[in-house]
Amino acid sequence: MSTLGKATSKLPLFIFLTPILLWLFLLIVLPHIDLLRMSFRIENDYGDMVWSVSNYLEFFREPIYWLTFTRTALYAIIVTFLTLCISLPVAFYITKVAPPKFRGFLSLLLLMPFWVSELVRIYGWMILLRESGVINHFLVEWGILQQPVEMLYNDVAMTMGLVYTSMLFMVVPLLSVMDSLDDSLIEAAFDLGSNMFTIVWKIIIPHAMPGIASGSIVVFMLSLGNYLTPNLMGGKNALWFTEQIYNQFIASFNWNQGSAFGFLLLVLSSLIIFIGLRLTNQKLSKVVQ
Amino acid sequence: MIRTLPQSRSYSIGFKIYILLFFFFLFAPLLITCVLAFNDSLFPALPWKGFSLDWFFSDGPERVGIFHDQINLTSIWVSFKTAFFVAIFSTVVGTCGAFLFEQEEFRFKQLLYFLMLAPLVIPGVILGISILLFSNTLGLFFEDRFGIDIGLLRPGFWLVVLGQFSFITTLVTLIVSAQLKKFDYTLEEAAMNLGANRFQVIVFITLRFLKPALLGATAVAFLMSFENFNTTLFLVGSEATLPINLYLQVRDGSTPVINAISFLLIVGTSTLAVFNLFIQRDRSE
Repeated sequence: MSTLGKATSKLPLFIFLTPILLWLFLLIVLPHIDLLRMSFRIENDYGDMVWSVSNYLEFFREPIYWLTFTRTALYAIIVTFLTLCISLPVAFYITKVAPPKFRGFLSLLLLMPFWVSELVRIYGWMILLRESGVINHFLVEWGILQQPVEMLYNDVAMTMGLVYTSMLFMVVPLLSVMDSLDDSLIEAAFDLGSNMFTIVWKIIIPHAMPGIASGSIVVFMLSLGNYLTPNLMGGKNALWFTEQIYNQFIASFNWNQGSAFGFLLLVLSSLIIFIGLRLTNQKLSKVVQ
Repeated sequence: MIRTLPQSRSYSIGFKIYILLFFFFLFAPLLITCVLAFNDSLFPALPWKGFSLDWFFSDGPERVGIFHDQINLTSIWVSFKTAFFVAIFSTVVGTCGAFLFEQEEFRFKQLLYFLMLAPLVIPGVILGISILLFSNTLGLFFEDRFGIDIGLLRPGFWLVVLGQFSFITTLVTLIVSAQLKKFDYTLEEAAMNLGANRFQVIVFITLRFLKPALLGATAVAFLMSFENFNTTLFLVGSEATLPINLYLQVRDGSTPVINAISFLLIVGTSTLAVFNLFIQRDRSE
């Protein structure tokens, strides 16, 4: 390939390189440098902008900020774990247990809901769960409940919504990794007398590790940065960190404080991704594909 | 355990029930949204009061169907325009990216590749605020230095296009690269031996080979843009896109007109998904 490039002029390289450099520098690199710069600026008593770390100090001084931050991180971890637990058997069933002729159909069916906008999916859950919602309607009609109860606007509903929203990004890598698992390994273990638990723990999970890692990283990142689901399904008093950022930017119009929050979220997200990659010995370029 | 091994009855039935419940969990919210779009009621809730197309075609005053709802129609149009430009720009630049990373050698290639992947792991909200900040900084700079006011740099249509473009291009690059990896380079070499220059080779041979992937990538880019919320939220000006507009309505209480829009979206995206599937099936044959 390189011989092709060298055999002709350098012109193609520049034609391909220019738009990529413009895109990455103008829309990715410089904006994030600006984010970092803005997070260290504050307005002093005279109304001038000066350098300061007080935006970050503010984060540690006000419990509401760092509590929201830890809460968001914890919930994102819970969501990732739950998504993994739900998706693993599904991926196993589709690739190994279901009759092969249904395979294509089942995977297609699995992907269908995720082509639809996140907002529509969340709206569907809101119609199901809220006080005047469909589930309450049936529960009251069947005499299980006397009065409809509010099932929306709490942490359980929010967690479920996040799991639902990010399911796809776990199932797809798991499907492809399970596909490459050789049936004869499981058969051999079975013949040698392993029980199901050992097979799952010693064969399936180690083999699926790359898929588990890439799925978990993507799900964690998406949950952490999600705004819609916590905002529409979560409790009114329990904030998600992205909502704090939104409040600083749009409601209080304190862009410097918001930048500091944004940068902290970016650092947390990158850190977890980095640790995840290190623990499982993978490269970013492998994971995102 | 698996197909070839003997299974206990409880294992296979238990597993089937689990899978059924899983698919029920996946489809319940979508189905109920669609069904309630046709309920003859003022609220998106049960009880079922009979079939009605009011939320599609009624022209008020009590019920305004989607085809008479000016605000929602406008936002759908804005989303279409945004998705159109994002799909075109990101396909062009993403294809350049695929050629760059698959066929060219240069210094710092690894670093640039890493940078190209970065938008995928930056939360959409952060991407939104960074671009908002930077465009604002640039706008102030141009105003102070040259006294010109550039409308493009204020939140609005083109900033939304740029914001969505910034991460969708990465997806396009990855999709096109995956296809380019399968390309048989002897075809290019043959064409060059026969006297074609690099651009003729790209236009007549490589791009033709990539066509299904390019169409697929354009469709994905269009959908991603049409549905984007996180990045758009911070960049949107007076022209709200459909997700932003729907969000405001859902947050402040909803009418079945949202179900009607959702129904149309579900039908539309499923069609596009099936279209995409057919392209890929053509490719594999």
